[in-house]
Amino acid sequence: MKGMWFKVFTIFWKDTVAELRTKEIITSVLVFAVLVLVIFSFAFDPEAGTMGLVGPGVLWVSFTFAGVLGLNRIFGVEMENSCLEGLKLCPVERNIIFWGKMASSFTFMLAVEIIITPIFLVLFNLPFFMPRLLLIVMLATAGFASVGTLFSALSMNTKARDILLPILFLPIVVPVIIAGVEATALALEGKSWGDMSVWLQIIVASDIIYFVVATLVFDFVIEE
Amino acid sequence: MNRKVVLRNNILLGLSLALMVAALYMVFIYVPTEKNMGVVQRIFYFHVPIAWVAFLAFFIVFVSSIMYLWKRDMKWDRYAHASAEVGIIFTTLVLITGSIWAKPVWGIWWTWDARLTASLVLWLIYVAYLLLRNYASEQAQGARIAAVLGIIGFIDVPIVALAINIWRTQHPPALIFEGGLGMPGLFTLLVSIAAFTLLFVVLVSYGIILKNQQEEISHLKDVHSEEGG
Repeated sequence: MKGMWFKVFTIFWKDTVAELRTKEIITSVLVFAVLVLVIFSFAFDPEAGTMGLVGPGVLWVSFTFAGVLGLNRIFGVEMENSCLEGLKLCPVERNIIFWGKMASSFTFMLAVEIIITPIFLVLFNLPFFMPRLLLIVMLATAGFASVGTLFSALSMNTKARDILLPILFLPIVVPVIIAGVEATALALEGKSWGDMSVWLQIIVASDIIYFVVATLVFDFVIEE
Repeated sequence: MNRKVVLRNNILLGLSLALMVAALYMVFIYVPTEKNMGVVQRIFYFHVPIAWVAFLAFFIVFVSSIMYLWKRDMKWDRYAHASAEVGIIFTTLVLITGSIWAKPVWGIWWTWDARLTASLVLWLIYVAYLLLRNYASEQAQGARIAAVLGIIGFIDVPIVALAINIWRTQHPPALIFEGGLGMPGLFTLLVSIAAFTLLFVVLVSYGIILKNQQEEISHLKDVHSEEGG
């Protein structure tokens, strides 16, 4: 067991070090996420009433589209210089590769989201200090990370690559997006955990199911 | 293609035609016009069977995908592919017949209520499934990754339905559909379901035959080019 965690961590650490050196994924995803927020503010009349209503939706659209961009890179970087073959040659089970990559996806997406959320709250004139949002965002990002990493691996081997990932990913994670938006809206209104519970339950249930199924089928996705 | 298969398909086709004619007769002539909604309510007898068949199609995709990943026999991949193609057609018809019914009855072509939204997401998942096959670089890989999506897509359907259902009950729907079929209505519905299910079987059978033949042609091309080259 201890060996397994270490192996997962090694793969995660490889991605993290590469990212810390190039800062390739996080900077572009961050800028894109901010741009999405800004473009959406042009889509709606910036009256106080509208912003409060559309705010949660806009935030999650930003996370989702920026997340897709990041997920493309998760396995996109492995396609150059036969890195994926190198990864497959490692003496580890395929699940370990998946969990390591999923940890990387989760961490990069969460890092972007933690930076974006305060920017969003300021731009949309919403209550600034919102620690409850952190839990909602973490839970939903876990769901994105599991299915997203699987589909990233799946689409990188095909001809369409980047285009295919959002087409596959977005319909599948609809429950997480819906529940994320609703929970965020309730959190911003100051409602209790009890009110949000049904949405949190949906996110957690989706996370568990996605994680289990993705772990089971990942083997088939990257085999030769 | 051997004679038994041809005979079986011709029988199924004849049976399907007969049943469909019977269903059409019952829907348009036999069953009485509904009080509240009038003639347009008859679309219900198409809409419900088509929706049931679409769901059946995707269940078959799910089972065939699992069987393909387990047995690695290409026939399962052909079953999944044929079933998905017909399933998408039927899902599109569900959305269209629903809209045609909705316009005179509700006054709008579309609403974001639970069932419609869930149907639309289902449609999107299986459109992605068909697109995925086109983008694969070679056939075995295409079959494999399509099978993965076939499994995940189907498992996701109940979660999608649940989430959308809860989402829409938070915002109560503007319109409520009141049911109530009499005996003639129920009978007509059952005949219609049988007719469309048999149509589905016929269409998928022909789809599978087509794919078998395509497979054979490409195999023959490979053999021929080896010999010639």
